[in-house]
Amino acid sequence: MAYDNFTVLESTAVPLPIENVDTDQIIPARFLKATERKGFGDNLFRDWRYDRDGNPIQDFILNNPIYSGKILVAGKNFGSGSSREHAAWAVYDYGFRCVVSSFFADIFRNNCLNVGILPVQVSPEFLEDIFRAIEADPKALLTVNLPEQTITIQATGKSESFDINGYKKNNLMNGFDDIDYLQSIKDEILAFSEKAVY
Amino acid sequence: MSFQPTTLFDKVWDAHVVRKIEDGPDVLFIDRHFIHEVTSPVAFLGLKQRGLSVLFPERTFATADHNTPTINQHLPVQDPLSANQLKALETNTREYGISHWGLGNPKNGIVHVVGPENGITQPGMTIVCGDSHTSTHGAFGAIAFGIGTSEVEMVLSSQCIMQPKPKKMRITVNGQLGPCVLPKDVILYIISKISASGATGYFVEYAGEVFENMSMEGRMTVCNMSIEMGARGGMIAPDETTFNYIKGREKSPKGADWDRMLAYWKTLKTDEGATFDKELTFQAEDIQPMITYGTNPGMGVGISEKIPSAEEAGEAPATYRKALDYMGFNEFEDMIGKPVDYVFLGSCTNGRIEDFRQFAKVVAGRRKADNVTAWLVPGSRTVEAQIKEEGIYDILVNAGFNLRQPGCSACLAMNDDKIPAGKLAVSTSNRNFEGRQGPGSRTLLASPLTAAAAAVTGVVTDPRTLAID
Repeated sequence: MAYDNFTVLESTAVPLPIENVDTDQIIPARFLKATERKGFGDNLFRDWRYDRDGNPIQDFILNNPIYSGKILVAGKNFGSGSSREHAAWAVYDYGFRCVVSSFFADIFRNNCLNVGILPVQVSPEFLEDIFRAIEADPKALLTVNLPEQTITIQATGKSESFDINGYKKNNLMNGFDDIDYLQSIKDEILAFSEKAVY
Repeated sequence: MSFQPTTLFDKVWDAHVVRKIEDGPDVLFIDRHFIHEVTSPVAFLGLKQRGLSVLFPERTFATADHNTPTINQHLPVQDPLSANQLKALETNTREYGISHWGLGNPKNGIVHVVGPENGITQPGMTIVCGDSHTSTHGAFGAIAFGIGTSEVEMVLSSQCIMQPKPKKMRITVNGQLGPCVLPKDVILYIISKISASGATGYFVEYAGEVFENMSMEGRMTVCNMSIEMGARGGMIAPDETTFNYIKGREKSPKGADWDRMLAYWKTLKTDEGATFDKELTFQAEDIQPMITYGTNPGMGVGISEKIPSAEEAGEAPATYRKALDYMGFNEFEDMIGKPVDYVFLGSCTNGRIEDFRQFAKVVAGRRKADNVTAWLVPGSRTVEAQIKEEGIYDILVNAGFNLRQPGCSACLAMNDDKIPAGKLAVSTSNRNFEGRQGPGSRTLLASPLTAAAAAVTGVVTDPRTLAID
């Protein structure tokens, strides 16, 4: 599924200073029953966001109108647990294009990159700096510069660089995906399969 | 060229690299691909939108498990959304010529139970599935891991995925396990020591006497939960136990093929002198029956211990408090004696025949506690048949239990098997996340023996304190 190209994103951010947020929290299993990729954003963080009667839980961050933006900033080990790509779809569909944490679970990170979300891993100290900046001013702006591989807190000018491999960076900047790449080397794959053990 | 000592992981990974991309991932060839009804429909839709076909349909195997009912499987599925997903799997597999063990098929069951059971899983393979517990298949010396739906589409269309090579970790456990200490306790112990993110970025090899002496069922339980410490996967070098398990199964090699493959399988081990990015060592005698008290699988203790403080547990105070508040527990409380509402035996972690044998050992000659609702869910139709053949079914029924039909069931509560809000469940499954077993449900992860001990006493009970034959 096509996604918007990612180059430089300047946005306010939504803070979620909780660690080990698993994909069952991002989207509970009972919302995985669709056969098409649409509407998942409505159920992002469903059980933290709504009570059992479907009423918004006021003190959850997504229900607080002060916080908004295209960047989600979360505690370490974000996206652990189930491999459900629906979690990344929900994050994207809600409107986030970038998730910042000091540590991502592997499968979630891959899923993000495959659906057009940029996962930005920062140091624990920089993560704290971001949380503090948003606490001081909920409208604090962050700049995520993919070509330069930097993230900057505009109010303080503090900046940190982040890692992403050149291949994935190029994909995100141009809206390419792995499926197209693999189709382009199909002959090589077929030749490989001829000598595969299994 | 001189001999270069190599790890098991490197041997298998390197044999599957189609192409290395500079400053990018490896293109990895996938030998076997499992699919189920929940994470595959959007991948098939993607194929159609791009006008792609399935490159090697014979390398993909489908089973229905995640949202199937565990009672009245002969009747139409009542939940229209689940029925729609099951129908989509049936239609898609028929259209592309993929093997499908749907509801009602005698081979139906949880994907990570039926793969090994039918000999599809073999040493040295690369195996993926849109399910994080695909790590289970690493018990056979395969590189097996969970993938997202975009990657399911990649495998269907090109039999490859693109992955950066993970780092390598070896976890060695030597010594002899004590009474009532099962493979589930071993892995819960390891995760409690290194945390729910302690192996993120790594692929783990389990080594040492404890794993060498373990059955294939036990090894599958251990490898299954590798993901719960963040590992990409876990694997154990194949040996005679592995070969004996595989021999004679439907899809296993036969005749001259068997001899040829066996010779290859025997090369699949880490050479002496090969190095890992990280090595951890534990001692079997330090492990007791385990139970979790929090909302991630790393929050576990020996069953006779008290709930630790945030500091002792090495967790961030705010996150730790949130977890204990959710569970309704406090620091320094005893786990033993907590009243239990539900017991769940099953899942890809502990839904195999050996798990039912262990559970039956405890309940034989005892009665289910009145305050406990027990859901016993075999991992497959084959396990279900074995339970009946071995007389385990009669033991369960005589003790006041019922047997449900195979599926993932209350492990993730996608079907109707939901633990009600606020209720406390002792579960042999793999995740104690908030709401995992149903909105508001509270989960204590444990072994089949500890689950059985709770089922007959009605409270969290150390299985070592019950006389077990």
